[in-house]
Amino acid sequence: MAANGAPTTITQGSQTKGGIGESTLRPDGTLKVTGEFAYSSDMWHEDMLWGQILRSTVAHAEIVSIDTSEALAMAGVYAVMTYDDLPTEVRHYGLELQDTPVLAHGKVRHHGEPVALVAADHPETARRAAAKIKVEYRELPVITDEASALAPDAILVHEGRKDEYAEIVPHQNIVHRQPIVRGDVAEARKRADVIVEGEYYFGMQDQAFLGPESGLAVPEEDGGVHLYIATQWLHKDLEQMAPVLGLPKDKVRMTLSGVGGAFGGREDISMQIHACLLALRTGKPVKIVYNRFESFFGHVHRHPAKLHYEHGATKDGKLTHMKCRIVLDGGAYASASPAVVGNASSLSVGPYVIDDVDIEAIALYSNNPPCGAMRGFGAVQACFAYEAQMDKLAKKLGMDPVEFRQLNAMEQGTIMPTGQPVDSPAPVAELLRRVKAMPMPPERQWESSEGADVRQLPGGLSNTTHGEGVVRGVGYAVGIKNVGFSEGFDDYSTAKVRMEVVGGEPVATVHTAMAEVGQGGVTVHAQIARTELGVTQVTIHPADTQVGSAGSTSASRQTYVTGGAVKNACELVREKVLEIGRRKFGSYHPAWATAELLLEGGKVVTDGGEVLADLVDVLEGESVEVEEEWRHRPTEAFDLRTGQGNGHVQYSFAAHRAVVEVDTELGLVKVIELACAQDVGKALNPLSVIGQIQGGTIQGMGIAVMEEIVVDPETAKVRNPSFTDYLLPTILDTPTIPVDVLELADEHAPYGLRGIGEAPTLSSTPAVLAAIRNATGLALDRTPVRPEHLTGTA
Amino acid sequence: MRVNFTVNGRPQEADDVWEGESLLYVLRERLGLPGSKNACEQGECGSCTVRLDGVPVCSCLVAAGQAQGRDIVTVEGLADFAKQRSCGTGACGGTSLDEAKRWQAEGTDSQTGEGTELAPIQQAFIDAGAVQCGFCTPGLLVAADEMLERNPNPTDADIREALSGNLCRCTGYEKIMDAVRLAAARQSEGV
Amino acid sequence: MDFLRPASWEEALAAKAEHPTAVPIAGGTDVMVEINFDHRRPDYLMDLNRIGDLSEWEAGEDTVRLGASVPYTKIMENLRTELPGLALASHTVASPQIRNRGGVGGNLGTASPAGDAHPALLAAGAEVEVESVRGARRIPIDEFYTGVKRNALAPDELIRAVHIKKADGPQQFSKVGTRNAMVIAVCAFGLALHPETRTVRTGIGSAAPTPVRAKAAEEFLNAALEEGGFWDNGKIITPSVAKQFADLCSAACNPIDDVRGTASYRRHAVGVLARRTLTWTWESYRGTRRASEGAA
Repeated sequence: MAANGAPTTITQGSQTKGGIGESTLRPDGTLKVTGEFAYSSDMWHEDMLWGQILRSTVAHAEIVSIDTSEALAMAGVYAVMTYDDLPTEVRHYGLELQDTPVLAHGKVRHHGEPVALVAADHPETARRAAAKIKVEYRELPVITDEASALAPDAILVHEGRKDEYAEIVPHQNIVHRQPIVRGDVAEARKRADVIVEGEYYFGMQDQAFLGPESGLAVPEEDGGVHLYIATQWLHKDLEQMAPVLGLPKDKVRMTLSGVGGAFGGREDISMQIHACLLALRTGKPVKIVYNRFESFFGHVHRHPAKLHYEHGATKDGKLTHMKCRIVLDGGAYASASPAVVGNASSLSVGPYVIDDVDIEAIALYSNNPPCGAMRGFGAVQACFAYEAQMDKLAKKLGMDPVEFRQLNAMEQGTIMPTGQPVDSPAPVAELLRRVKAMPMPPERQWESSEGADVRQLPGGLSNTTHGEGVVRGVGYAVGIKNVGFSEGFDDYSTAKVRMEVVGGEPVATVHTAMAEVGQGGVTVHAQIARTELGVTQVTIHPADTQVGSAGSTSASRQTYVTGGAVKNACELVREKVLEIGRRKFGSYHPAWATAELLLEGGKVVTDGGEVLADLVDVLEGESVEVEEEWRHRPTEAFDLRTGQGNGHVQYSFAAHRAVVEVDTELGLVKVIELACAQDVGKALNPLSVIGQIQGGTIQGMGIAVMEEIVVDPETAKVRNPSFTDYLLPTILDTPTIPVDVLELADEHAPYGLRGIGEAPTLSSTPAVLAAIRNATGLALDRTPVRPEHLTGTA
Repeated sequence: MRVNFTVNGRPQEADDVWEGESLLYVLRERLGLPGSKNACEQGECGSCTVRLDGVPVCSCLVAAGQAQGRDIVTVEGLADFAKQRSCGTGACGGTSLDEAKRWQAEGTDSQTGEGTELAPIQQAFIDAGAVQCGFCTPGLLVAADEMLERNPNPTDADIREALSGNLCRCTGYEKIMDAVRLAAARQSEGV
Repeated sequence: MDFLRPASWEEALAAKAEHPTAVPIAGGTDVMVEINFDHRRPDYLMDLNRIGDLSEWEAGEDTVRLGASVPYTKIMENLRTELPGLALASHTVASPQIRNRGGVGGNLGTASPAGDAHPALLAAGAEVEVESVRGARRIPIDEFYTGVKRNALAPDELIRAVHIKKADGPQQFSKVGTRNAMVIAVCAFGLALHPETRTVRTGIGSAAPTPVRAKAAEEFLNAALEEGGFWDNGKIITPSVAKQFADLCSAACNPIDDVRGTASYRRHAVGVLARRTLTWTWESYRGTRRASEGAA
């Protein structure tokens, strides 16, 4: 059992023969259903200590003093650390900008910022000790919105910025600003017969992965440290950790533990550095596990956004122009804000053809909780707004909302507002057609012979209606998401593949640093190896930093990029295997020299199907191993003034139809069905594809009807950091989710595949909102929509 | 304090338990049974669901001392528990042919758990694709298994109600519905 | 922290007398969350699970004596006929796992305005049986809630049982939450018709500092039903009567704005729930009346 910190090796079983395109089952499935899969919070080590973080109780304040003496004096306490105890001069880190202090220094900038660390022999001892640390704060005014951030005399959240954006932003409380200007909006506007404007608000969403931030740091004899951790990107963590730990990178070893979901919330550092600091300080293994309350402070959230849009259209329904301004609240530290700005601006038009656009997106620094990556990454907020605009336009024009969208839908060859042509299929109109063609769910499903089944009604078990006030509504939406890291980022992955004979059978071992966070990457890697190498047995080596970076498990990119790297490495291994075969057996058959050779079913075969040798014989006494980086086509940065540039490598499209039933008197919503159609390029594992689409769909539904981190505008303190008041959809809230998968290959991508994880999160939210508008006739310009908004009692 | 109770049929003893510790903490940190998960520790997610004297409860809301002398089943013991139940109802006169076929060729792989004998609900979760990150899975399995014990032919609404105390963030629940339907169908076919 | 494990009710009372700050724990729904989240560090935790009597109930002639720890699941399964309002309320409590452990005693002990059982107890009519080494007493439910999360218990007293009037007519319970399961009440409403006394009783949850009855609404409806001969003629209640009843229920609220909902919404929603539950209970009353007339 792996709970002592040993990583879990995964071998694909022999009952599964599947290569790509088959719904092979998860190789970690058995461990996960028996409770034996070792998640980061399950790690345990003899003699280990528990780490605890003391966090700020106020959002913005000068730290006048910190007194740790009482905490240090407690029995069972092994270490207490503040900023002054950090081991080197490098004391800040960050995903994009190094603006985040390892522990607060001089000032705290948001509620829940880490101030001090404790290591003790029991979590309760650590908590009591943390409570005894005396921190004196002198509170400062809080910056909580655009007005307070950009006032001429506003306090700067970060004084003396030296980052790459500091010089170009119009105000130092703006992290990054990206305009996109294309065509001539003023001229195009004259052609518009109708113009619609809207101001929208998108609430702060939490990733709310179920496995809390956690890990175990074990000091090593060479003065280094080994961290067992749940993360999305081992190497990026390492890059940020080593300098602040004062260690060379090779003395910081990392192994991926079981990850209980991520959704962007593990892209940043949480407890990694803190656990390692305490382990190095005490010389003992240190485990840190956040509870749910702390988790709400321990990771970034989805940027809340204010979006102002103007669209015009001719009376026959062609879009003329679009102007928009998107203000994202990045909170106290930059995290991924610059890239989120890039996405929000470059995808703000949606999957539509509009030649004349004037776009601006900014991210603010404020004293609100830091925001960064979450599934959909900047594209989500924009989609909510532009889809609301599409419905408004269609209504004003008296057109069917789906037909209106189809009339303006982009397709392969469309030029993006960034000037980049879309060079692979973009079946936007087709996805809308498909989702509209699905059969509608039956009406009044709550009626039964024994009366109303409240479980099928808005309010559910709470017994609020037996049908009274319930009105059905239907809404549609479609979205566009980029796949992979954009804007010139060197987005590569590394795969090490070995082939050898084990126990009389050819076995491939795939070793990458890809973070399996639940998405099923490990399943797909084994499938790729089988397809490419003709073996049944594939061992997936635990992900760690002993192999090159795999990049992040985010941006819908892992199957594309690390899948691509595995495919590439397998191809190189295959060549070497064939070399060995030619050397050993070439003289026995001319086809070794002349034919196209494949590895299939454990054999070397010609493309005509003739068997030349058993892989066992070829590999007898040999072992072939290749480690190789693989990258997708390069992208370019966006011009900082015009936003022009070939910034994205691939796009992903999904459309939703939402059917809701709204108790119009109480303002309660039951989503009855969320039908989705998505183009996936090629479904490497159809079962996993559907799972991703359904999961993404429900995260989009959550922010439509219930999920929101509420921050007090007076104090910038989080008001609902718990699962009691941050509500996630339960199984009684979720609808049926029929999925129609389209597979139009992208010739630039491995196997023609398309990244899939995020697109369904985009269109789900606006589809639900559209359906609620359809049921209630209300304008609804913010999400999530709460009962107050539907009953005029906000 | 010292606490004694039975977990998955075996007597267990934990020493030096702090009085504020939950049953969940004792299972995970003192007894080496981390299968029950610590996702919210406030009874709002169901990831820590165990059976306490047969009844599904959130082990995070049971004080360790309250478990004294009680009988607990966790996900680690679910397969055995289900097997004993089916034997108890006379459904298992030795190994069925299907079982024999399924397990004959495979040993138990300590690294992957392959070859482990599973409860029907566990197998159904794997087969239906109901497992993604898997953090909610142990709690859902304990809850779903208990529901099928009480209600072998549940409607969809019954399944949703029974599992409404278990949050999942990955799947959107559709595959979980599929898994429970699959387990119910297999159960009624006597597979 | 010390963990007390009284094996009997008498032992529990003695322990509570000796340690009045001891926090009783049964289902753990409230207490364990406070401990897990470091909101509370009592000197003593007192486990009540060992006292079998607390998990038992007894249906008498006019009342049900419900042990403080009878789990909500048992109430739903076994007491639907005798205590329909409380059974409905029990079904809305948190999750199946919590309903398997939590009981009415916990709701009363915490005395949160959001406790799901309160509106049903207020509407049905109940007395809380509490005891200390000094003796036992019964506190009428209307006098039990004394402030936000405060009740009429003395420091040395424990809640032993609740005596709830058996339903003599239809009862309903509705609660608004922003999720279809496992949700804390934004507001809740309980209504019980008492044909024997020709009265109605109400209970409002989460819309005032304490659970409250809408007494003016009850009085209005009692009078309106009497005046129109409704109890006898079984006519449909007129929309204007229903509306006025709903308005008076809204007016009985004294809610706050919080992260779960606005005060304005709570008032509005209580009105809607009052109207709907009145319709449901009255329809049910008319149905039973017709059935009994038919039988006669």
